[in-house]
Amino acid sequence: MSLISTLARMEAVESGRAQPLATVRHRRLSGRPLVLVPLTTAGEAGAPLGALVGTDPEEPRLLVVAQPRDRDLRFAFLAELAEEVLPYIDSFADVVEAAERSEVDPETGKKVKVEVELCADAPQLIVPSRAGVEYLRLLGRSTRFRRTAEQDPETPFPAPPRVPLLGRWLTHFGDRARVPGSSLLLSATDLLNRHWATGQSSLEDQHLGALLAWIDPHDGEPGSEAALRAEVGRDSEGQLLCPPAGPATDPAFDNRLLAPAIERYDRARQAVGAAEDGEAAERGLGELHRAEREVRRLVASRMKPTWEAVWRAIGLLRELPEGARVEDRWTRDRWSFTAHRDRVTAGEPPQPRRDDAVTAARKLAAREQAQGQLEAQEALDDPLVLAGRRLSGEAFTAEVVEVTMAWTESKRPAPRPLLTVRTEDRPHLGEKVKVFRSLDGKPQSAEFVRYEEDGALLLRILDRMGRSKEPAEGSVPEKGERIAWTLFEHDQRVGPQLPEAEETPWTHGGPPRADAVELPDAVTPEDVL
Amino acid sequence: MTVFDLAPGTAGAFDPSAAAGRATADILAATLHGTARGVVVDSPPGAGKSTLVVRAALELAAAGRRLMVVAQTNAQVDDLVLRLAEKEPDLEVGRLHSNDSDPYDKALEDLENVRKSAKAGDLAGLPVVLSTAAKWAHVKNVEPWAHAIVDEAYQMRSDALLAVAGLFERALFVGDPGQLDPFSVVGAEQWAGLSYDPSASAVSTLLAHNPELPQHRLPVSWRLPASAAPLVSDAFYPFTPFRSGTGDGDRKLSFGVASDGSGPDRVLDEAAESGWGLLELPARHTPRTDPEAVGAVALVVRRLLDRGGAAVSERSETPVPLTPDRVAVGTAHRDQAAAVRAALAELGVTGVTVDTANRLQGREYDVTVVLHPLSGRPDATAFHLETGRLCVLASRHRHACVVVCRAGVADLLDAHPSTEPVQLGVAVSFPDGWEANHAVLSHLEEHRVSWTP
Amino acid sequence: MSASQDSGLSRPPQTTRILAELRGPTVPPRPLDARALAALAANPGCRRRALLDGAGVDKSALAAKLGSPAPFGQSQFAIVRGNSFEAKVKADGGRELLRLIGVEEPGTVSVPDLAAAGPQGRVARTALALREATGADGWTLLDHPLLALEVAGSPVYLEPDAVVVRPDGGWTVVEIKSFPMVDGAADASKVGAAARQAAVYVLALERVAALTEGARVAQSVLLVCPKDFSNVPTASVVDVRKQRSVTRRQLARLTRIDEIAAALPEGVSFDVAERSPEELTAAVECVPHQYAPECLAACELAFHCRSRAREAGAVETLGRSVRGELGGLTTVGAVLAAARGEEGDPEDPAVAALRRARALRQEALESAAARTPREHVECPC
Repeated sequence: MSLISTLARMEAVESGRAQPLATVRHRRLSGRPLVLVPLTTAGEAGAPLGALVGTDPEEPRLLVVAQPRDRDLRFAFLAELAEEVLPYIDSFADVVEAAERSEVDPETGKKVKVEVELCADAPQLIVPSRAGVEYLRLLGRSTRFRRTAEQDPETPFPAPPRVPLLGRWLTHFGDRARVPGSSLLLSATDLLNRHWATGQSSLEDQHLGALLAWIDPHDGEPGSEAALRAEVGRDSEGQLLCPPAGPATDPAFDNRLLAPAIERYDRARQAVGAAEDGEAAERGLGELHRAEREVRRLVASRMKPTWEAVWRAIGLLRELPEGARVEDRWTRDRWSFTAHRDRVTAGEPPQPRRDDAVTAARKLAAREQAQGQLEAQEALDDPLVLAGRRLSGEAFTAEVVEVTMAWTESKRPAPRPLLTVRTEDRPHLGEKVKVFRSLDGKPQSAEFVRYEEDGALLLRILDRMGRSKEPAEGSVPEKGERIAWTLFEHDQRVGPQLPEAEETPWTHGGPPRADAVELPDAVTPEDVL
Repeated sequence: MTVFDLAPGTAGAFDPSAAAGRATADILAATLHGTARGVVVDSPPGAGKSTLVVRAALELAAAGRRLMVVAQTNAQVDDLVLRLAEKEPDLEVGRLHSNDSDPYDKALEDLENVRKSAKAGDLAGLPVVLSTAAKWAHVKNVEPWAHAIVDEAYQMRSDALLAVAGLFERALFVGDPGQLDPFSVVGAEQWAGLSYDPSASAVSTLLAHNPELPQHRLPVSWRLPASAAPLVSDAFYPFTPFRSGTGDGDRKLSFGVASDGSGPDRVLDEAAESGWGLLELPARHTPRTDPEAVGAVALVVRRLLDRGGAAVSERSETPVPLTPDRVAVGTAHRDQAAAVRAALAELGVTGVTVDTANRLQGREYDVTVVLHPLSGRPDATAFHLETGRLCVLASRHRHACVVVCRAGVADLLDAHPSTEPVQLGVAVSFPDGWEANHAVLSHLEEHRVSWTP
Repeated sequence: MSASQDSGLSRPPQTTRILAELRGPTVPPRPLDARALAALAANPGCRRRALLDGAGVDKSALAAKLGSPAPFGQSQFAIVRGNSFEAKVKADGGRELLRLIGVEEPGTVSVPDLAAAGPQGRVARTALALREATGADGWTLLDHPLLALEVAGSPVYLEPDAVVVRPDGGWTVVEIKSFPMVDGAADASKVGAAARQAAVYVLALERVAALTEGARVAQSVLLVCPKDFSNVPTASVVDVRKQRSVTRRQLARLTRIDEIAAALPEGVSFDVAERSPEELTAAVECVPHQYAPECLAACELAFHCRSRAREAGAVETLGRSVRGELGGLTTVGAVLAAARGEEGDPEDPAVAALRRARALRQEALESAAARTPREHVECPC
């Protein structure tokens, strides 16, 4: 943790309230996000217990699996989830704008501009916590290789029609969430933690209820007390006042409430199956419905507080103005969304289980580039973030005290004005170190020449002054101007082009087998205990 | 994997020159006449890696194989170019460079047969072309080279090799497995355990896919003195041990001025005598730029120069004065290096190299003064415990190494949580930094001088 | 280094007696279970944890009586699933498990009966079975063997899920977990915990192997988990040399319990049944803790220690990593006072950095407030 955010945490301890870590919002918040609160069954991967999902805080859709070990009920849940998520995604797929993309012409090998569609907006999924993001990845992995009866009439346990497609989209969202600064899939805890410092550790900040207790306390109660109640407070039945934000449940809930309710449901189902006459069957069905309603009520009661907490978090973040460069990153998200839409439309197979060598390297390069870009953009958008970079010597704010015109010594002299600037900051400057400032949203670079005897800095401006001998108007700072300079570049260099997968070199195992098709997971009757 | 011919611990007639010569001959034979597409050479600190690279380059060029050389930094490339030109001034060499300003060492300007260009096409006809991995990665649409030498291959990332491997048919991979591993600024856990994990080292990917490739190793460190080689070998290279090329009495460090009895002078005497010295300051939690520790480092350097240090080694019969350019200070962090530079400037010392472990990789000095990465820290982190960092700092010297450290590091290591996650399928590096730190520390404690500034 | 560590594992008898008195003379010691090992790994330097675990005190009961009950529990769904999975792994007389090791045709697999009276009896029975299996020329599966390891003077009993003895005399620890391996990868923190647990079994087995001719304990263990989303077992070999070496040193360091116990005032007791909450609180206060947020997931006493650490204003409550740049400043109050210029030596780099940090932070917040007045802030979406 940087010293400046450590200090913010300590101020939060002292004041009993969270302190700002940002003065603008650094992530896009959609006007119509889809909030998804999932719960899972303890001890089993990919056995969902329930979910609240929807775009309207007042009207979540409740999905519950009354017996998580029953494959049919799980599939029914996933089918219902697909019916909530996919129409939401589709509603963004058809609204497009024209855009240009550079592609390599296969005949000439040259880069050419191509007219393409770009979705005008993109869907946004918000889950309570990082564990929720991880869980969506798991759901995506568990469903995208499932076969439907339509795909394969012989498949032993066919999945409902839209479930594999849901899996592909969840996989895409999960993968995109690994790109720094992306906003297609966000967690409420990460969003809050980016913008506020609490008086507790980052480990405790993963608890959504405790986090909100610091950021948005009721009646001015000190954050530490409210957070403690959110963490450990229990009612007379021994249940947590603030249930975990999932997907895992509290063992006390499982053991005392949920297990008996599921048992009752199981018994009722057996009774229905064993009913010997219509009257007994009817009685049994009545009991079955009551038992099912009880499980639904219990599961809903654990998710509802989290659902409300996520919307509270969204409301808090909407109060912050959006950073100027957030739009730029969101445009990249829209490209990502559009590209996956096109892959689905083109009938491409689901994403493979594991990336091949070239794909993995490309993703890593893209993420490193996104990370560099995110760090630069946040600092440029937000003086509080810049303050941290100034403290670490990677940026400085300086006042221009003198401007001396100078030119290159070539045949067509180009302007290279010298700036004398004064700063209280302590940048890590050395000879010829380049520094950058933002000029009309574009970086202008200068090089450090030397320290003057009175401690002032001498900089030489290098570019963005036009083609004439005299610099373009407004391109050279004036005396008295206060300017923020960074030692880091504002744009990231594009990395080298990697070979196509078919040209994977021998050092990396050669080209992947072209005939390698991802088979569905083997399904055995033992999937269900 | 080839069976190494050096049995560690066999006493008696160990002839370092013969062992090193045999290893080099084997490597050159495998490179020039072998059938495998790749040859891997592990080189411990100061084992003559650069000499090997230059020799292999010259022999490949002499055999008429078009050769490309891949190094990791511009400084490394320029160093190899200068060495090649020194050995074989008539050889035509291409230096492929970036489009940045000052893309290569000015010293290259004077070399007649070194052609410099930012375009690979301009250099394609030359027998040898050298550049950084980053620059090579942008080279497209050229005839592949018959052979490549990949230098510092353990510091190269797998994805960087992926970007350049299409440019050559066969390659010699040379590097030091004990130095700092490459890293990524973003999480790469999702690929952990994959043979081609893009964030892993180039060598681990290469060997995972081509386990049959011959692996060689340079068995003798010509840099490390007899006092240092066993410790560094045991702590950092337990499975590929090496020996010192010199014996116990071959290197001597002496001072013209007698000790004044102060801590810095006593630790210098200890280091001159035994090759190692630990200047231990009282235990205290401090910020990274601990003024006392920084001051102690600067004072040790000042006294080292003031006392007229002289080094005797196999290189010269007569004592060679210890000049500032033969001394380096190593730190973990850049701000520590900056603080030491400032402290040295205040004491009027100039010309001594002060840098972080990352930047000292591959460099060599007579005496090093190290600010221990864990000195004064309230906690250890993965960064400070990284095996390669300590290894680099403890293996730059030809004569002696003085470590400045606050007391209490052993307790700090003991209190360090051991909750590392474990990724399935990822080869464990053992010993890890925790273990290696304990080993180095317990050795240093035998050469301890406690001092309160 | 190694010799002194090994000798450190045995305690003078009076320490054992002192520890028994601390726990309560009638209370049996708690075993060093997975939870205690996790707490050891998370905070090896904590004296409070070291003493309580060394004495075998039931920290869960103690925490409840102190008024900060431990939040740990296990869902019965997970227990049922775990048990059924383990049964499946060990089905078919051990042949299923050997298939996971890669042995398709093991011949006869011997699965000796390890039942015996009392823990000592079971430990002896296990040692005998190991000896017989090592001499035999086939595969043997030991189902839930019992091993003993002397920690801080008292025998600690350990029960691995299974140990496989190979025909060549090699012993391999098998650890069965119910978290999944999806596409060959698993939750790295859970694998790490399993590796540390298995490393302790390796240490305990090594003590038996030292007395068994031809025996050799593998430094890699077999981790068995459900494959993908099924309950079909799959396995991965995990190298535990690192965990073994760290745990070995940490357990040896438990010898310092001597010193910790010796420093306690007369009459201190952690007897949960006999002592009042006030007495227990006072007793616990006699031993310094070293709270860090990582304790919350590992130690039963963490919430109690956290409240104490917060009362004291300890900077560690915000995370271990915050200390790195604070130098000698250890409390929130001291840090803030230094940052404000009320206390601290401005020559101290930590104090100087804090003052610059505060000034830069204030400047940024003020400039932002000037730029966007609160009333104009609206959702741009």
